[in-house]
Amino acid sequence: MLEIAGLHGFYGESHVLHGVDLSVRAGEVVTIVGRNGAGKTTTLRAVMGILQKRSGSIRVMGTETIKLPPERVARLGVGYVPEERGIFASLNVTENLMLPPTLAPGGMTTEEIYRLFPNLKDRAKSQGSKLTGGEQQMLAIARVLRTGAKFLLLDEPTEGLAPVIVQQIGRVLETIKERNLTVLLVEQNFRFAARVSDRHYVMESGKIIDAIGRSEIAGKMERLEEYLGV
Amino acid sequence: MSATALFGQLLLGLINGSFYAMLSLGLAIIFGLLAIVNAAQGAFYMLGAFIAWMLFQYLGIGYWASFVLAPLAVAIIGMILERTLIRRVYNLDHLYGLLLTLGLFQIIQGMFVHWYGTSGQPYDYPDILTGGHNLGFMFLPTYRAWVVVASLIFCFGTWYAIEKTRLGAYLRAATENPTLVRAFGINVPMLVTLAFGGGVALAGLAGVLAAPIYQVNPLMGGNILTTVFAVVVVGGFGSILGAIVTGLALGVLEGFSKVFYPEASNMVIFAVMIVVLMIKPAGLFGRER
Ligand SMILES: Nc1ncnc2c1ncn2[C@@H]1O[C@H](COP(=O)(O)OP(=O)(O)O)[C@@H](O)[C@H]1O
Ligand SMILES: [Mg+2]
Repeated sequence: MLEIAGLHGFYGESHVLHGVDLSVRAGEVVTIVGRNGAGKTTTLRAVMGILQKRSGSIRVMGTETIKLPPERVARLGVGYVPEERGIFASLNVTENLMLPPTLAPGGMTTEEIYRLFPNLKDRAKSQGSKLTGGEQQMLAIARVLRTGAKFLLLDEPTEGLAPVIVQQIGRVLETIKERNLTVLLVEQNFRFAARVSDRHYVMESGKIIDAIGRSEIAGKMERLEEYLGV
Repeated sequence: MSATALFGQLLLGLINGSFYAMLSLGLAIIFGLLAIVNAAQGAFYMLGAFIAWMLFQYLGIGYWASFVLAPLAVAIIGMILERTLIRRVYNLDHLYGLLLTLGLFQIIQGMFVHWYGTSGQPYDYPDILTGGHNLGFMFLPTYRAWVVVASLIFCFGTWYAIEKTRLGAYLRAATENPTLVRAFGINVPMLVTLAFGGGVALAGLAGVLAAPIYQVNPLMGGNILTTVFAVVVVGGFGSILGAIVTGLALGVLEGFSKVFYPEASNMVIFAVMIVVLMIKPAGLFGRER
């Protein structure tokens, strides 16, 4: 589904990604963990084509995308939920939800989405700028589930949210898994990540420095805590 | 003061207001999406009128066909300029966009002055819109009524398209966060080109509507541009509804002042602009940034 090899990324002159290698197989949920500033967000932005100054190889469903603009990457069936959530303030909830065009058949219907996110239905006519952080996150996830994207990039979906909302997002991720979608998840909340992920990559200073399979997590908990500095 | 003169000036004010509204609406769309203050808007207005005149002069094509063809031609010229020139300054300060489009304005106007002089060419009313009706309190020329109605339809149609349709939602979203809209699979660079084409086509359409009322003159764009900039400042840069309402209102105000105090009519809009700038710098409909 995704193969990244030797990925370098830059913001202007500053070199942020230093040869990232990672892969995600179809149907997997894979997490990137790492401290603030490690380059996790930048990696997702490079995959989407939002970070334009990049080199190396990124293959999405077999297509080399290192030179493609974001709209072409998205059209391959990739859904992006950015760290800042990116809810459009001048659009209401329904408009935000309906904004991303359908990329492939098999996306969730509006009814399914409202069943999964009941509070969005109540707020359908609210302006995007009026939503709480939790509602914004729900909406940001909901709108890519509608498009039929088969591969989702989620950047810290639990960041700054109350525990009850984190639990709700956990259930959403389980639903995503049941629907056999593939997910690359960036997450600092390791408990949350451990519950839903098949594998973990540890990122530091723009490189992947460790990879941990599901079965190894228990044994490597201490090492992970050290990586994350918690 | 006769009522006939009052209503006559009011109608003329409403007509000028319609032109202000269409030009500043186009400016608002362009500014929202491209962050470019399109100083060439006046040239596209003049081009609309001139293309209509040339279509008739050289090809015998009449008003109604020109009503479609001239704005379309203006849109195409605009899109070519956007693709080849204007696109290059998006990442620079606003000032560069203003200077570039101001340069384009001068070049386009200069070419037409060179070819056609500054005396103005007459352009005829379409047959079915000649004549008028006596309403009792005033005489209403049919063509002038048509101009007001057509402008209102196009202004509010554009507003509706932006606020209520899917393409409009793309436009509004891309105004806020173009990168994310691209990441959803929408070709925003194409959308930007189309928006520029649509924004200048509104000016071109206003030019066609104006052609039979005023003469077709290469300098007509410069005359209206200064006023339209004042309208945009009063309404608030980038505000769609603000552009329409302010354009119409200031046109009418200008018409009124022609009746009551003609000496002030050339500056009343600018006086309003100064007051608004002092009280609400973002404009009446603008959001503070
Ligand atoms: N827009 C930007 N311009 C310049 N540097 C940036 C920008 N965004 C992030 N960085 C830098 O890139 C590095 C990686 O950032 P990021 O990918 O956001 O880290 P993470 O998501 O792992 O917290 C950091 O050192 C950060 O300061
Ligand atoms: Mg981050």
